Amino acid sequence: MILFWILGVVLVASAMWVVTAKKPIYSVVGLLAHFAALAIFYFSLSAEFLAVIQIIVYSGAILILFLFVIALLSSGTAAFATGPNKMPRAAIPAALVVLIALVFLVYGVSRTAFTAHAITVSATSAAGAVGTANVFGSVDDFGKALFTTNLLPFEITAFILMVAVIGVVLLAGDATPYVATKRRARAVERDMRDAILRAGEE
Amino acid sequence: MDASLPVAITNYIGLSAVIFFIGVGGVLLRRNPLIMLMSIELMWNAANLLFLSFAKMWLNNAGHIFAFLVITVAAAEAAIGLAIVVIVFRTARNVDVDEVALMKG
Repeated sequence: MILFWILGVVLVASAMWVVTAKKPIYSVVGLLAHFAALAIFYFSLSAEFLAVIQIIVYSGAILILFLFVIALLSSGTAAFATGPNKMPRAAIPAALVVLIALVFLVYGVSRTAFTAHAITVSATSAAGAVGTANVFGSVDDFGKALFTTNLLPFEITAFILMVAVIGVVLLAGDATPYVATKRRARAVERDMRDAILRAGEE
Repeated sequence: MDASLPVAITNYIGLSAVIFFIGVGGVLLRRNPLIMLMSIELMWNAANLLFLSFAKMWLNNAGHIFAFLVITVAAAEAAIGLAIVVIVFRTARNVDVDEVALMKG
């Protein structure tokens, strides 16, 4: 119960941060915190698989996509105060925190990996028979539901992703891949130079 | 209070609604298309949160399937939305949605 309120405050605060941040790059940081808190929230709702998917798909794929686009659009304008090849000072403690977290993670996994299954099974025994992996929200449970009862939605998911891939290639891809490559390269160079000059004027 | 949830379901609905409307506010108030897209992601996630809360409440994993579908659609939407932002920036050299009004009638 206390977890709900802590996570609720974190979720609302990070959402506000996303909406009110001045630069999109700060919004991405807020969104990262939001997604991490949401993944913990999903764990507390015993949606283990979706919590992991949340981290992988949202924090791993979608946010990186946002970062790429921000980097592409703000080429020439510095995202941070320091210039190129100079690390922002906050990077060093941040990297240390990540290192410590990773050490703890490896330590924790190496200690619990062999007993985790036993814990899951003993947790089941209250509701179902021991040894049957019908824990609500477990990967087994979710996978069975996804691939038997809900096979058609799963196929539709695959179709949606294919449509998205084709759409993105058609929208943002190069329409003339071989013709006039040099001219295009020169044009891109000129555009970038203009963008940098304009950023310098502002 | 429901047995399977630590707090009453109304709290989950309230939290989800608050996050959703923060996202709505972001889309309506901000003019940077990237921040608007991120606000849309907030709204997707608020919906997902509610799906998973109700799934836990009824101990029915149909909500998980729905959330999975929502995550997929959100990923597709983000990819296509960002592609559109990139082409708009390529042609208009501008990332303010108010000034990009080519399709205005």
